[in-house]
Amino acid sequence: MKQIMSVTERAMRSFIVGRLVAACIGLWCFNAVQAAPPEVYAPDGPGRWLPILADGLHDPSGPGVHLLQNPADALFYLPSTPTGNKVRWVEAIQEGDIEPVASILDKNFQMQVLDLDIMRTRTAELPMVLFPHKRHTEWLDCSNCHEWLFKSKTGATRFGMFDVLTGEYCGRCHGAVAFPLTDCYTCHSVKRSSLKKPVKELELHK
Amino acid sequence: MMEIRSRIDKRLQARHYLPGSMLALALLFLISPLPASAEYGDVVLNKRAEKAGMRPVIFPHWFHRIRFRCRVCHTEVGFEMRAGSNDILMADIIEGKFCGMCHNNKIAWGPQNCAICHSGLPGLESGVRGGPSTGGPGKW
Repeated sequence: MKQIMSVTERAMRSFIVGRLVAACIGLWCFNAVQAAPPEVYAPDGPGRWLPILADGLHDPSGPGVHLLQNPADALFYLPSTPTGNKVRWVEAIQEGDIEPVASILDKNFQMQVLDLDIMRTRTAELPMVLFPHKRHTEWLDCSNCHEWLFKSKTGATRFGMFDVLTGEYCGRCHGAVAFPLTDCYTCHSVKRSSLKKPVKELELHK
Repeated sequence: MMEIRSRIDKRLQARHYLPGSMLALALLFLISPLPASAEYGDVVLNKRAEKAGMRPVIFPHWFHRIRFRCRVCHTEVGFEMRAGSNDILMADIIEGKFCGMCHNNKIAWGPQNCAICHSGLPGLESGVRGGPSTGGPGKW
């Protein structure tokens, strides 16, 4: 009887020791394979972005606010500009700093990028507006703007700066999410003197 | 000789004024409260939230556009590009429409995490916030 006990005891001991060793090896391997990705935070000090708890919008006593990412932690390493989100979003995508998902329905979806510049020449005293399709189609579909908001035919859509300032046409995005309307010369970028002859409306193919 | 001396005097006087004015400016900045405003493109959704006893929803455009292109929400999900024109019911989100197309525990965390979205200060008005105020798409 004693012998049997000792045999079972030994078996149990060896089993436990074996499991412990296996667990240690497993833990070691698991840690080696799945190293936690380093968490990146914005450098300390007064930043260009208000923290979530001090932006005048979030309730600091809310139970979920501590889970939210601070803008500074997400935006500090992107190409910067003084206005809007303080980020050059188009450059960020072109330089590969961010890779936003293009579709949640189709894994193989490719953005339909159109490289076509449109010049709007009737801009009174200000330089003319150069509209680059390329920068817009990296983010948007054709149907986001055409035909309901802008007609595809160059010059067919008549609108002025007043419409834009009241949130129509370009103002649907610019002034709310895309760079603000106070950045006049980002749109009004072509000086009239750079053209030899005055023209009505220009479509520039590349 | 006198001319030069008077010039030097003037310069010295200017130097005396400089620290004083700098101090005054610094004080002005310290006293004036820091402008607390939302991040550019933040949207407050409070058509129904507070009436139903929840905090208003704060939608951060900046957070989402790092991860998704505009077309994902404004074509595939079907959000119209005008704050206030999308009638979003919590029941629709739970059924997998609007926010619920991603916030379904598969692509992003699901609608059971109430307080992450419903995180705004009570009493906020709906609309687009942040940045220079133009009539903008914030108009209703």
